[in-house]
Amino acid sequence: MSAKKETLGKTVGVVVAVCLVCSIVVSSAAVGLRSLQQTNAAIDKQSNIVQAAGLSDIAAGDISGTFEKYIEERFINLETGEYVEVPEGYDMYKEAKNPEFSVPVTGSNVGFKQRASIANIYLVRNDAGDVTRLVLPVHGSGLWDLMYGLLAIDADGNTVRELIYYQHKETPGLGGEIQNPSWKAKWNGKKLFNNGEVALEVNKGDNSKNQYAVDALSGATLTSNGVQNTLTYWAGKNGYGLYLKNQTWKS
Amino acid sequence: MAETKEMKKVLLGPILDNNPIALQVLGVCSALAITTKLETALVMSLALTVVCAFSNLFISLIRNQIPSSVRIIIQMTIIASLVIVVDQVLKAYSYEISKQLSVFVGLIITNCIVMGRAEAYAMKSPPFMSFLDGLGNGIGYSMVLIVIGSIKELFGFGTLLGFEILPLIQNGGWYQGNGLLILPFSSFFLIGGLIWAIRTIRPAQVEPKE
Repeated sequence: MSAKKETLGKTVGVVVAVCLVCSIVVSSAAVGLRSLQQTNAAIDKQSNIVQAAGLSDIAAGDISGTFEKYIEERFINLETGEYVEVPEGYDMYKEAKNPEFSVPVTGSNVGFKQRASIANIYLVRNDAGDVTRLVLPVHGSGLWDLMYGLLAIDADGNTVRELIYYQHKETPGLGGEIQNPSWKAKWNGKKLFNNGEVALEVNKGDNSKNQYAVDALSGATLTSNGVQNTLTYWAGKNGYGLYLKNQTWKS
Repeated sequence: MAETKEMKKVLLGPILDNNPIALQVLGVCSALAITTKLETALVMSLALTVVCAFSNLFISLIRNQIPSSVRIIIQMTIIASLVIVVDQVLKAYSYEISKQLSVFVGLIITNCIVMGRAEAYAMKSPPFMSFLDGLGNGIGYSMVLIVIGSIKELFGFGTLLGFEILPLIQNGGWYQGNGLLILPFSSFFLIGGLIWAIRTIRPAQVEPKE
């Protein structure tokens, strides 16, 4: 080692040189790979939406092509249930803290204190151009953290097709079973509303014949409650309630 | 050829005789956290092996220039840069897995194996041998991760690399998944068992009674 020859000038010189080389390497890796990473993130998001839209089989690997062809992103003002225009790149999760779009959440145990006033939703169309499904982003707290999901509903605004959670921190094997295909299949065909009230429940027992209830996850009561609170909030009047009631997509 | 023998010892020694987790008990934290599934364990192993090998190589290359008063900081800078590059590459080419590994790739920086090998070996040895040493220690770490990841995924989820081996009751099979193995801390028991097994085979590793 060079302990004997050590001088202040040399020490500073070596440190500066190492830092310079390292920063060049790091920044060129970050800049060079950025476009690939952004494409990946976009495809990841689109593939969840395509799955919620029930188009995974049709897509057969071509996620972005299918997304472009059948799915349309729209923005709705949750207070009025009407379509609105927003600045490009609007994202309801990023804007939830922006004072311009932020709305406080009160009187609900859904698990977050602010939400954006305008939501990104996705309309699924068939080849003829008719809306067949709505994909609505929902989120609410689970046991450990917020769970982010997509709720897919038929064009009648009532029949649930899919509830797909794509980001959560629930315990694997217990709450993490919200991603289990056999549990997800239980949502297919359930009804959200009964006489205009949110009726769908997550509860214990065999609910295969009850169209207003889904079997809760065993060993994951708090996660199941979280799913219930999320649904109650987002299907209710503070969420997509008005939009679903007015069936805005039909006009 | 003494040279080849030495190379073999440096490369293969850490796998069983001088395993970084089992004997040196370094880098246990990440071994606990990311071994729930075999796939993440494999990617983590690969990432750590690459970082460990190249950090050893680069540090060894400039070892005669590094002033000893700031050597730890310089080692950290090099290791941190490599980890960021690995993280960026994972995000670009293996997005799904990088999401699952999340913060743990970044935490390779603080993994004692990388730092320990840089300080203990690369600072005193020529570049090629240091590279082999990094590779060997990375493989030793990988071996433990793969063994533990396999056990946890097989008995916790009934799958291996996502393929169903033991059909779970939840999916209409007969196997009740072991909930304990799914949780990170079960690795403590498994690593303990592994150390016991290795020390039974190699009694020389047993520490003398105090």
